[in-house]
Amino acid sequence: MVKQDSTSLGAASPVVPPDLIRQVPACCPAREMSYQEAIREALREEMLRDERVFLLGEDIGKHGGAFGVTRTLWEQFGPERVRDTPISENTIIGTATGAALVGMRPVAELMFIDFSGLALDQIANQAAKLRFMTGGQAKVPWVVRMPQGGGAGKSTAAQHSQSLEVWYAHIPGLKVVFPSTPYDAKGLLKAAIRDDNPVIFLEHKFLYSFQGLVPQEEYVLPLEKCDIKRQGNDVTVIASGYMVWHAMQAARTVAEQGIDVEVIDPRTLAPLDEETIGASVRKTGRAVLVAEACRSYGPTGEWAIVVVEQAFDYLEAPIVRVTGRHSPIPYADSLERGVWPDVDDVVDAIKHVMS
Amino acid sequence: MSIDRELALTMFTRMVTIRQFEETAIDLFKRGMVKGAVHPYIGQEASAVGVCLSLRERDLIAGTHRSHGHNLARGADPKRVLAEILGKETGYCKGRGGSMHVAAFEVGSLGALAIVGAGMPIAVGAALGFRMLGCDSVAVPFFGDGAANTGNFHESLNLAAIWDLPIVFVLENNRYAVSTSVDYATKVDDLSVRAVAYGIPGLRVDGNNVLEVYEAASEAVERARRGKGPTLLVTETYRIEGHYAGEPQVYREGSEVEQWRSRAKDPIVRFRAYCVSKLGIDEDELESIDAAVDLEMEEAVRFALESPEPDPATAMDYVYA
Repeated sequence: MVKQDSTSLGAASPVVPPDLIRQVPACCPAREMSYQEAIREALREEMLRDERVFLLGEDIGKHGGAFGVTRTLWEQFGPERVRDTPISENTIIGTATGAALVGMRPVAELMFIDFSGLALDQIANQAAKLRFMTGGQAKVPWVVRMPQGGGAGKSTAAQHSQSLEVWYAHIPGLKVVFPSTPYDAKGLLKAAIRDDNPVIFLEHKFLYSFQGLVPQEEYVLPLEKCDIKRQGNDVTVIASGYMVWHAMQAARTVAEQGIDVEVIDPRTLAPLDEETIGASVRKTGRAVLVAEACRSYGPTGEWAIVVVEQAFDYLEAPIVRVTGRHSPIPYADSLERGVWPDVDDVVDAIKHVMS
Repeated sequence: MSIDRELALTMFTRMVTIRQFEETAIDLFKRGMVKGAVHPYIGQEASAVGVCLSLRERDLIAGTHRSHGHNLARGADPKRVLAEILGKETGYCKGRGGSMHVAAFEVGSLGALAIVGAGMPIAVGAALGFRMLGCDSVAVPFFGDGAANTGNFHESLNLAAIWDLPIVFVLENNRYAVSTSVDYATKVDDLSVRAVAYGIPGLRVDGNNVLEVYEAASEAVERARRGKGPTLLVTETYRIEGHYAGEPQVYREGSEVEQWRSRAKDPIVRFRAYCVSKLGIDEDELESIDAAVDLEMEEAVRFALESPEPDPATAMDYVYA
């Protein structure tokens, strides 16, 4: 098992222009912080607000978590509320479920989404279905945080780099949230903790060190609502997680050639806000879909059919998708680059649908 | 141990209720009135009743696919359990759960979880929640010998042990996991020895002796309530019926089943004799309980059959809170 800390992770310096995504108006008092810090701040604020909120997971206490996300929380809240567990993924989730059933608001961390296969029964068969199976008697208000994705500047290979959002997006009863910026990460995590459903909260490993402005004032963002990261009229690019940054960079590149791109970040992958996607493609008539996950049965397939259902008569070009290859994630740098989409792939796709 | 007359009559009534309920459910199943499967608890009544009567109102149990008995032992209304099995809106889960998922939160049954072993981690969480909320309730997951070989068992006992959680793990060794005999599936004869691996007490009792179960469960539950941590309680019993009603049981001899069906082994027959000989309860009184339960079952069948089916327009209710 590879354990990374935020120091080594931080060594991978982001290569994106910092002003690429602006979400806080200039007039609003704000601080710059990383995606990782924004997640930590959401946890801290919710733990201060509500005594029922507590954290559990492997190495999250004094160690601060494999990626350092929970650092300083153990010192502040103590071992009861920042609760280290043995390596028992299925029981970490079951424990969160049981605690939620009796009135707590647990936030569990699984070290990598790749490990969540060990917890799949408790997530997909138990937590997701308990409310339904009991005819509404049960309520399971938990959040499970899982880092996913690759390209963290450290090769983590086939068992620590996957993008598995569709495993969970396919299960009725779960909500799946995937923020792309510090602002979104904080506001969405607070909403997830306050939500009465089990919420899978995905964190992209490469984004942990990304900086962005976060308002001084407390705020909570709505779940189940797409965010329009960039308004445009010529082509809609739908992307989530780290791929939002690829989409934004590609949009800036093609803008120089007069192509006006609208970028939609679903933010909540399930249940998906289909209306916002439909309205955008009805406006632009073109769609490019970008996801890091493997191509087959991946998120872009779902988005594509939403576009077809919502805006078929408005399409002026075939939908194009840019995805990870249908391959395990390799170790070697050169091979990694061969399976993940890059900005040029998105630029090419945009040009293709415009031609 | 000695128990008072009132508790004895409650034990007897609950065991008879479970037995008659399961016979009723099997009958309805054979008449084609149950769409799903029925996993009868016949023969194991003393285990559920002995444990559940050691609990307080705010304690919680978690069950399995074979949990009609656990719910009834906890005091669930047979009418609403049967309505659930028949998929009716008046069932505890409004027909969304069925036989394998009867949950009666109002009597402290947080659900029957039909993936073998899955209730243990959830009960661990309930126990943790109780402690964090500052209440002295205890969580009790029921599971079988089959579940004792799942990862859930190992992870849950370990986690509950290191955190000294208020939980009693009740392993009902009914000797079969579907067709697989416990003798084949495990190398140890006494499953309670597994507790040693987690640094917690392990108790083993005759699961067909309701008093013995009650005594051991009371001790384990009070230990948990006092903050002394979990116990593994093994109740040795036997699954008289097949894994499910109507199962062709090619994997065991009829003579083996008959031996467990005998009056010498039957938990209700044994407790009945105890009530008469040791507590001086009149046989007539016990017969009147039999008759009252008979009537209750007739009423339950009528209620369940006459209850409405859920409206298809509500099929998406309860997917999300």
